[in-house]
Amino acid sequence: MSKILIRGAKVLGGEPQDVLIDGRTIAATARQGEIDWSGSGLSADGAEVVEADGKVLLPGLVDLHTHLREPGREDSETVLTGTRAAASGGYTAVFAMANTFPVADTAGVVEQVYRLGQQHGYCDVQPIGAVTVGLEGRKLAELGAMHESAAGVTVFSDDGKCVDDAVIMRRALEYVKAFGGVVAQHAQEPRLTEGAQMNEGVVSAELGLGGWPAVAEESIIARDVLLAEHVGSRVHICHLSTAGSVEIVRWAKSRGIDVTAEVTPHHLLLTDELVRTYNPVYKVNPPLRTERDVHALREALADGTIDIVATDHAPHPHEDKDCEWAAAAMGMVGLETALSVVQQTMVDTGLLDWAGVADRMSFKPAEIGRAAGHGRPVSAGEPANLMLVDTAYRGSVDPAGFASRSRNTPYEGRELPGRVTHTWLRGKATFVDGKLT
Amino acid sequence: MQRHLISAADLTRDDAIRILDTAEEMARVADRPIKKLPTLRGRTIVNLFFEDSTRTRISFEAAEKRLSADVINFSAKGSSVSKGESLKDTAQTLEAMGVDAVVIRHGASGAPYRLANSGWIDAAVVNAGDGTHQHPTQALLDAFTMRRRLVGRDTGLGQDLGGRHITIVGDILHSRVARSNVDLLHTLGAEVTLVAPPTLLPVGIESWPCEISYDLDATLPKSDAVMMLRVQSERMNAAFFPTEREYSRRYGLDGERMARMPEHAIVMHPGPMVRGMEITAEVADSGRCTAIEQVANGVSIRMAVLYLLLGGAVFESKNAPVTLQTRTEEK
Ligand SMILES: [Zn+2]
Repeated sequence: MSKILIRGAKVLGGEPQDVLIDGRTIAATARQGEIDWSGSGLSADGAEVVEADGKVLLPGLVDLHTHLREPGREDSETVLTGTRAAASGGYTAVFAMANTFPVADTAGVVEQVYRLGQQHGYCDVQPIGAVTVGLEGRKLAELGAMHESAAGVTVFSDDGKCVDDAVIMRRALEYVKAFGGVVAQHAQEPRLTEGAQMNEGVVSAELGLGGWPAVAEESIIARDVLLAEHVGSRVHICHLSTAGSVEIVRWAKSRGIDVTAEVTPHHLLLTDELVRTYNPVYKVNPPLRTERDVHALREALADGTIDIVATDHAPHPHEDKDCEWAAAAMGMVGLETALSVVQQTMVDTGLLDWAGVADRMSFKPAEIGRAAGHGRPVSAGEPANLMLVDTAYRGSVDPAGFASRSRNTPYEGRELPGRVTHTWLRGKATFVDGKLT
Repeated sequence: MQRHLISAADLTRDDAIRILDTAEEMARVADRPIKKLPTLRGRTIVNLFFEDSTRTRISFEAAEKRLSADVINFSAKGSSVSKGESLKDTAQTLEAMGVDAVVIRHGASGAPYRLANSGWIDAAVVNAGDGTHQHPTQALLDAFTMRRRLVGRDTGLGQDLGGRHITIVGDILHSRVARSNVDLLHTLGAEVTLVAPPTLLPVGIESWPCEISYDLDATLPKSDAVMMLRVQSERMNAAFFPTEREYSRRYGLDGERMARMPEHAIVMHPGPMVRGMEITAEVADSGRCTAIEQVANGVSIRMAVLYLLLGGAVFESKNAPVTLQTRTEEK
């Protein structure tokens, strides 16, 4: 197997170190220039050298919330293009949401998605199974069969739709305990969001767009943490977007309820003021909220109330966004800009250091999703799932350069800090000097 | 002011007064035996209606024809147009035919804004009502009607509506007319009070430049104009109010309530009226109700808007009102 010596990388943002990868694992790490080979049986002879030159080395990022669209919507993304986008963004594992066509509600579909990920080799793909058959919220899908399949599903979600029936949600929470699974809830009370087009508030009142009230998210989260407490299960909240949701999760954690929560990069940066342009590139579900919510989300991510950043990478073809607001699809791509947005909103603001970023974007998501071999420390003996980011870089986002098949980014032309330069999946480079291998 | 008319909020006070004054000039044309000006001869305007509205469409059409424009009516209703991308496709198709202006009515809030700002077409865009967002020519014709009735046809020239109290009653939540009127009336110095049951007022309304009241009777005695909005009885099924009867008892305008208004005060309605719901026949047919005048004024306002957008004169606030005597082709 090949050897790679990464020289002078700030591991988790610390002092520069040298890191030697041997085959699929990290063989040694030490302060720059001080690896002591004597007696280790190791040597860097013949290793390919990567001069990190002060870049930050992090464990490969893990995304608990990706829409890869295959099978069914290969016009917007495939497992291949989506995992290439993931590698470009520094990810080594992504969890693929179940709202495909057909829905990933059987062992057959999840195994197909899993195998495609293995075949292409850019990034591990861990399929998420649907909670209910066809995401219809009525009948539990064969959760156990999906868990026992080759895909080994542990995360279940009807994302895109809320499991709004309290009894179905309760049963799902209970049932997956048998194999350590977790239900990831897309919290959206359906009746309160009929015809919803954007956050309900000052801007929606002026624009005459149907409101998506914060309470539609918060009421479901409140119900679900109480259900999780009652049946002693763990529950994960997808794309938490409001200040009120933060308060509920904080309260639930203080009661010892086993709840985890994610926030998307776009909810950390953008507000509903952008909707004034009626440009559907800002149309997303849950919707962009207010400045006050953005600040609450950042603080909650910093203090650990929100556990992780997840992209909710949602590719859509051009024509689904090149139209009037009401007709447009909801969602934005995010894998290739996530780390830059987190750097801008959390690191450059002093809210989180790079070790904190590693925790929120790698360690914790891997732990919640039980992604074996991912989210591990950067130390000898661990799988070489790593990524390098040039944190000093500043540049504007050019969607033409995306590896994703879709271009529906809200950041086109926006200046963002940081650029991923390298990604290694079990010692194999998937992304080198800004280019996919 | 831009080359489009998308929202009443985009108009400065001077823009608005210029449109109102120009509309007075246009109204004089309507009094002539030949009601036509050559101003837009050779220019093509398309009325692109994705939503049924015969009243608004024929009002624009009358205005366009009186300005001698070539008119194309395109009704998307019933055609294959139903998906989102077809707004762009339809507009581009029409522009390829050499259209100078697009008058658009659309069920989606923001559709005219998208049409004007997405680089899809070069033509001027006039919003003839979009979703629950804006209907700027309606607000202009309402302001025109108020100025005529409350200030005077000739004395009103160059004037705004400073100090007048305007009350708008009804389904504010779903009303583009209410949004446009609040914006324009505020710009023109009027004091606006919105009256509705709390269910029919949008969350976030506190940022609007107006007062809110749930009590119609308390508001009437200080109103110079009371604008009644149509309330669709379907709203009842979505629990916005219990019954039509309860709605009209609490928020409808009947003769008894009208008597509480000051003597000079007028009753307005953008139409179509639902008699017996928000307004009784007695009020609708009284001399204080301006609904029919509003229709006539709508043509003058739309002539003024199209003239100023396309006739070479831009909405440049400092300029004096345009006089049209020299440009008529009366023979
Ligand atoms: Zn979701």
